Amino acid sequence: MQATVQQFPPYRPADADKAAAHDHGHGHHEPNFWSTYIFSTDHKVIGIQYGFMSLCFLLFGFFLMLLMRWQIAHPAQAVPLFGSLIHWACGDMAPAVKDTAGNLVGYAISPELYNAFGAMHGTIMVFLGVVPLAFAAFGNYVVPLMIGAPDMCFPRVNMASFHAFFLGGVVMFASFFIPGGAAQAGWTSYSPLATTIPTNGQAFWLVGMVLLITSSLLGAVNFIATIIQLRAPGMTWMRLPWFVWAQFVTAFILLLAFPPLEAAGVLQLMDNALGTSFFLPTGLAVAGKVGMASGGGSPLLWQHLFWFLGHPEVYVLILPAMGVVCEIIANNTRKPIWGYKSLVYSVLFVGFLSFIVWAHHMYMTGMGQKIATFFQITTMAISIPSVIILTCLFLSLWGGSIRINTPMLFALAFLPMFGIGGLTGLPLGLAAADLYLHDTYYIIAHFHYVVAPGSIFALFAGVYFWYPKMTGRKMNEFWGRVHFWCSFTFMNLVFMPMFAQGIKGMIRRMSDGGINYSADHVPGAIDTLPRNIMELNWWIFAAAVGLGLSQIPFIINIFASMWNGEKVGTNPWEATTLDWHTPTPPPHGNFPSEPHVVRGPYEYSAPGHENDYLPQAEFPNAAHAHH
Amino acid sequence: MEIPYTVENRPDTGIYNAKLGIWLFLASEVMLFGGLFSAYVLLRTGAEPGMWPHGWLDVRLGTINTILLALSAITTLLAWAACKVRDFGKFKFFHACTILLALSFLGIKSYEYHDKFIHYEIALTNGKFADGHLVEKSADFDLKNKTGSVTIHGRIVDDRKELMDLRTPEARAAKLDEVTIQAADIVKMQNYGPWHNTYTAIYFTMTGLHALHILGGTIVIFYIWAFNRKLWQKDPEHFTNRVEVSGLFWHFVDLVWIFLFPIMYLT
Repeated sequence: MQATVQQFPPYRPADADKAAAHDHGHGHHEPNFWSTYIFSTDHKVIGIQYGFMSLCFLLFGFFLMLLMRWQIAHPAQAVPLFGSLIHWACGDMAPAVKDTAGNLVGYAISPELYNAFGAMHGTIMVFLGVVPLAFAAFGNYVVPLMIGAPDMCFPRVNMASFHAFFLGGVVMFASFFIPGGAAQAGWTSYSPLATTIPTNGQAFWLVGMVLLITSSLLGAVNFIATIIQLRAPGMTWMRLPWFVWAQFVTAFILLLAFPPLEAAGVLQLMDNALGTSFFLPTGLAVAGKVGMASGGGSPLLWQHLFWFLGHPEVYVLILPAMGVVCEIIANNTRKPIWGYKSLVYSVLFVGFLSFIVWAHHMYMTGMGQKIATFFQITTMAISIPSVIILTCLFLSLWGGSIRINTPMLFALAFLPMFGIGGLTGLPLGLAAADLYLHDTYYIIAHFHYVVAPGSIFALFAGVYFWYPKMTGRKMNEFWGRVHFWCSFTFMNLVFMPMFAQGIKGMIRRMSDGGINYSADHVPGAIDTLPRNIMELNWWIFAAAVGLGLSQIPFIINIFASMWNGEKVGTNPWEATTLDWHTPTPPPHGNFPSEPHVVRGPYEYSAPGHENDYLPQAEFPNAAHAHH
Repeated sequence: MEIPYTVENRPDTGIYNAKLGIWLFLASEVMLFGGLFSAYVLLRTGAEPGMWPHGWLDVRLGTINTILLALSAITTLLAWAACKVRDFGKFKFFHACTILLALSFLGIKSYEYHDKFIHYEIALTNGKFADGHLVEKSADFDLKNKTGSVTIHGRIVDDRKELMDLRTPEARAAKLDEVTIQAADIVKMQNYGPWHNTYTAIYFTMTGLHALHILGGTIVIFYIWAFNRKLWQKDPEHFTNRVEVSGLFWHFVDLVWIFLFPIMYLT
């Protein structure tokens, strides 16, 4: 114990600190708007920057989805309300719709535009929405606080990471406005399709991705180094809150899985811009003409490189969310989390296994029995630690005197929702069942249950949970519950019917919602889509609109509570972990005096104590107690 | 506020922040180049029989470049050691050598690239292939209007496959001459740029990315070499750490070349 409690340099008298800042030779600037909010190196500001940006992108990505759902439910009909806006932004890709008399009714979505929306919805939700919110925003804000660090290891790298992310977002967003429109080959950007579609949107996509990957890499290095190097005295590995473990494993996944996609992105950019043939096979004909490219490339190479990132990416989306849920459940059940060690070993095992399951996305490529068998085994194996994690979280509820509030509601809903997403994934992991379900709405429903009512619910929980630490005020509880129950209802109404559609054989990525394969359109044909399955398209659209409206209370709540929310002190949730034992909001440098961690992260309801929680750390050098 | 362990090691981990950071960064670099090396393997094993080139690069130049980088690894180490014994003059000398060696490497690499860009394969209307380095194009040379002529220093072969393996005795014995070809006889004329085939594509991509790493490393080392004297005077250990961290990056870049050289030049 004594060995780890060493002199901790950051805590020194305030004037000495100032003198040191002058010595540094960077010049000491008075904080102004730019240095406080735009070019800040403070991990908390960067976390909030990431959080704000990613919430905006989530909303934007959701809006694209709404337009797609409109198109699926009402193919080629004029888009209500937003038609002119789309026409203004995307030009002729949103063609005019005229009535029989030739009057302009509005603007519709062309199949190309639908494809662009589809590709960009996936890209934005994954790389600009959930990952930056789950990993970069919460990780940046919470991890240094939880481990008792004054900041991240490399604050300026941290700032650079956000700026790369911002630029990547701008490039992605700008691609909607270029002639030809945004990328249209799906978020997976399979070659040769991605190279042969005549738009520069794909080049924008690739450049944007390279920037986003750079941002993730810088972030990942920073997180790992921070967690290893800047833990407060006494914060041993097995005293880390599990959230930190989840972020730690996530950072390793980002560090090691993203670079092969960066490599693939560079190769595809070469294909698009310089006419190489990395992914173009010999004799590739486009629109009936054999292309000029030299050929000899391998389309499967792209798929391997993409999914080598793509599958670990799933765990990048889910692990931080699980971490958030774990913290909130421990806090609101007022008892230690069940199976802390199992959680830690499981998350490490998940992180490792996530690198060797990627080809289960590629059973349809004819990879052969032996390789398929290997990937089926690893895919089944990775479900074991995931189930252990979920089981630990479920069992933690057992016998707790559960406190229900908005963050806890979202955290509780996460468990069955992620459970549905996970269990419906098992048939997709087995090649025989996957051959049937591949590329249907079943798979859309499956992975959306993992990330939408799964990850995003957990992230909502996190926003409600840490908002008081960031602003000093709680979000409104009533509107929080309205947000929860409406989102919960509509989310299920959106995604549950897709299982039925998928099992009936409705293929994804059809801009007309499968109307050409419906029983009404081709009566008497075998295996057409029955009318009740087609009608679900309309219900899903209605539910999606409802889901969109359900977010209004949340958006208003987030802004209104900054001024009107209930004021709180340091530790409104009576939590044990270090993030709740700094002033609210935490100052630059986080802790007024050096924390000494003396116990594990979840010491709730320990018998024989006045409070039902024991803070993780003591502050032996503090001038006064502050919790 | 100051971040702890920027200069001194953390006692229980035995490392300072930046050194850990660069090792993590290098791990991601391993995966980046790992992805490209696996792309190389898949493209090569997937190539049609006889269509993967051999002997297209000058082994002598590659060897010289390998030696240059190996020497720069030694001077990098010596520069760091000089910092450790607090001999700034020696540091200046050794890293000056590093920078010069790196620039020589880039110079040779550019020459090799240039050599590929002026090297043309020309498909002829009679089904044969002319192949060689551009000597001159006539003033009115125009492929589209079929006017003028082009002169190359090379040879004409019957089968394109003869151009693929230049290590065979026949290819070595082939006589190279100046050949003038009329534009009217040309079906397709293409230089050995990245678009030529998958080999040149992966060659330019991998060595280009590697050269960018060399360039980046050189800029960082030059920055420390030229502009960090104040840090040396104030906190020589911090300065030494910078030299060490940039040196670790440099060794990694050298190591990548050790793998690139055999797969591109020797096999």
